[in-house]
Amino acid sequence: MALKTEQMVLNMGPQHPSTHGVLRLEVELEGEIIQSVHPHIGYLHRCFEKHAEAMTYPQVIPYVDRLDYLASMNNEFGYVVAVEKLLGIQVPERVEYIRVIMSELQRIASHLVAIGTYGLDIGAFTPFLYCFRDREKILSLFEMTCGARLLYNYFWVGGLSHDLHPDFVRSAKDFVKYLRPNIKELNDLLTNNRIFTDRTANIGVLPLETAINYGITGPNLRASGFKWDLRKDDPYSIYNKFDFDIPTGQGTVGTVGDCWDRYYIRVLEMEQSLRIIEQALDQLPEGDVTSAIPKRIKPPAGQIYSRVENPKGELGYFIISDGSLNPFRVKVRGPSFVHLGVMNELCKGHMVADVIAILGSIDIVLGEVDR
Amino acid sequence: MKTPEEIFNILKEKFGDAIIELVSSQPVESFITVNPQEIDKVCRFLFDNDELSFDSLMNLSGVDDANGKKTTDQNGDNIIEGGTLSVYYHIESTKHRHKLVLKASAQRENPEIKSVESIWRHADWHEREAYDLVGIIFLNHPNLTRILMPYDWEAGHPLRKDYKNPEFYHGMKVPY
Repeated sequence: MALKTEQMVLNMGPQHPSTHGVLRLEVELEGEIIQSVHPHIGYLHRCFEKHAEAMTYPQVIPYVDRLDYLASMNNEFGYVVAVEKLLGIQVPERVEYIRVIMSELQRIASHLVAIGTYGLDIGAFTPFLYCFRDREKILSLFEMTCGARLLYNYFWVGGLSHDLHPDFVRSAKDFVKYLRPNIKELNDLLTNNRIFTDRTANIGVLPLETAINYGITGPNLRASGFKWDLRKDDPYSIYNKFDFDIPTGQGTVGTVGDCWDRYYIRVLEMEQSLRIIEQALDQLPEGDVTSAIPKRIKPPAGQIYSRVENPKGELGYFIISDGSLNPFRVKVRGPSFVHLGVMNELCKGHMVADVIAILGSIDIVLGEVDR
Repeated sequence: MKTPEEIFNILKEKFGDAIIELVSSQPVESFITVNPQEIDKVCRFLFDNDELSFDSLMNLSGVDDANGKKTTDQNGDNIIEGGTLSVYYHIESTKHRHKLVLKASAQRENPEIKSVESIWRHADWHEREAYDLVGIIFLNHPNLTRILMPYDWEAGHPLRKDYKNPEFYHGMKVPY
């Protein structure tokens, strides 16, 4: 006699640390096999886009800090680049260099959180502490620069709020020297750990065609084997002056585009970011960082979609200007929002425990998902 | 790699009146306006055609153009009548490395636009967001529900320019 079975609906979240914020996943199960996953988002929704319409252009910057709060510098970068394109202004070279240094440091900080919490999700506690220890050093560099550790308001339209601290260059060089061996240590501790690879290899494989169709970008797209990085493929600022590689997923321990690949791409990217920082620190020109800041920011009527490579993927700003002091419409295309949309596709057919492994590997921040 | 002008000519030849115009001037990105009832066919062509192969949707944004008749009622609240709501599609080809912006506008009173979800799955959540925040109805969308606002939100669509903050939420007074 066949046993009677029926589908079970399991709610994961909204409060659970491994959901990386307030997110509810409605999981339909057949035994322990996942039939479908429906993310329910919006718990942190504050309608940033409505706020932005009531602000002047510079006043929006502190709000964009709060989108992906682990990568505030990069968020500001995207916004100021978009407004500068609307205004048609050039910024001094020193500003460009400092922006690149800051956003690459922030990329490392964001990846360290991604890697550390990913290990934590899977059950490895120690790497989490090591990653956060290293991230603290980056936050101290930011604190030295602008006084804030998390939300900076440092990039302004046309320039920066302050110049660097006189000690910054030396401290940043020390940091680069300090981090390199630690990445190796991380590889010994987590990357090649048997328990970790068993949990992540061949799990949540994202084929390239699906990835592009779902709008996946950044490390997650590169993990699926596509060499696509906006710093090289749609260059902005001065990224074309630096020599760095774009790592792609190789399927070293499993299949191309599995959770392990998505994890390992971030480790490799940290090394590339260190290379960029080193070059930028060596070439850093002198100059005034506030000279190009316009007194009144009033772009001509028009619209622009401008995008930058955030640690998590393509961050796009679609700004419509009606010629007044306030933006008419600001739409943010956040990578986390887009990446969460592919959860259902990735989880189908896997076990319940893999949901956490998959969610951690796509690295989302709910502040950006919900905006 | 093709310029927006070349793509416009290809589309005009293929679809005729469904392609309305090419708007281009600095610093505006040039965009092509398309009939909202034909947008799915146009996008399918852009996706399938080998010379164009727009395989990636970068962004989809709903916008309240606020170009209707604006009045103010006795409470000082804005009211907009007529005009359009628009959707901007930013698409690109990872193969040919060209980009394109499409725009489809629908009447504010009946904001219906064909969904492109079946072409780029990416559009699924963006269309839900545009429905949620701007109130655009996407025809043929498989699950057009609110996404960021609560599912039972009754006070309309917040990114409309005449949106009014609700005083009550389910009968409870909101203190602010």
